[in-house]
Amino acid sequence: MRFGVVVFPGSNCDHDTLYALRDVTNQESFFLWHKEHDLKDADCIVLPGGFSYGDYLRSGAIARFSPLMQQVKEFALSGGLVLGICNGFQVLLELGLLPGAMLRNKNLKFLCQYVPIRIENTETPFTNRGKPGQVLHIPIAHFDGNYYTDPENLKKIHQNQQVVFRYANPDGSLSSAANVNGSMDSIAGLLNEQKNVMGMMPHPERASDLLLGSTDGQIIFESIIHYLKNDR
Amino acid sequence: MKVRVLVSFKESVLDPQGQAVKNALLTLGYDFIEDVRQGKIFELELKDMSREKIEEMIPEISHKVLSNPIIEKFEWEVID
Repeated sequence: MRFGVVVFPGSNCDHDTLYALRDVTNQESFFLWHKEHDLKDADCIVLPGGFSYGDYLRSGAIARFSPLMQQVKEFALSGGLVLGICNGFQVLLELGLLPGAMLRNKNLKFLCQYVPIRIENTETPFTNRGKPGQVLHIPIAHFDGNYYTDPENLKKIHQNQQVVFRYANPDGSLSSAANVNGSMDSIAGLLNEQKNVMGMMPHPERASDLLLGSTDGQIIFESIIHYLKNDR
Repeated sequence: MKVRVLVSFKESVLDPQGQAVKNALLTLGYDFIEDVRQGKIFELELKDMSREKIEEMIPEISHKVLSNPIIEKFEWEVID
């Protein structure tokens, strides 16, 4: 499978993401500079973490105007798989491919730590190799990850089973303390209505190799590969 | 001509930074503070253009770029 990792000025998880895809899961993977106009026949586009454009204006707000992002938007609207990690999630929200917005973390701290997240929905291209309710240990590293949407949209998101991951305790239970950044309904990962676009605040590429302390993030990449091979 | 755009969180959205500033002011003894909301100011220097055009374009860019309408609101005024 062909994975395109988009690089913005200020992206800083692009190499880790490429390593996880190319060297750990052995997929054909390449960078796509944000000024390009061609997705190079990628089967899946990954928007990596970092601080695109220095987070100026709002996190992800300027990256969405990049020439390549117009192609990514068309690709997503025609059913192509798009995964946004951390800053990539913020870009997808600003682009309007996912509903809602990010506020500053509830405790006003930059959070950089392993968190347990619970898989809410395994019938997705991004989590089909996981088990319902399974708890994954994957690191987060962000300042603006406090997910917000209006009550009407929140209802719609739940009805349509768009919530993929929630911040949880290690045993899978939910609590206010486990919801580290204050996100609405502990939302850590979210799909669009058509379920071909996912944003997640935790970094699966940082949990893709035992050397890094966890391989739980591999479930996401393996799910995408499985979906592209079998279900597309 | 100069235009000032003020972007701030909608009333329905919690503003944790404003809350932190409020708590700091209360700690310093400024007990008349009821609430604090934090926002952003943009000052835009414009080329010569008609008032109608300004009234059309400033809300457009404020909505599309300067604010995120899901969480923020904006107001604007000509200042110069």
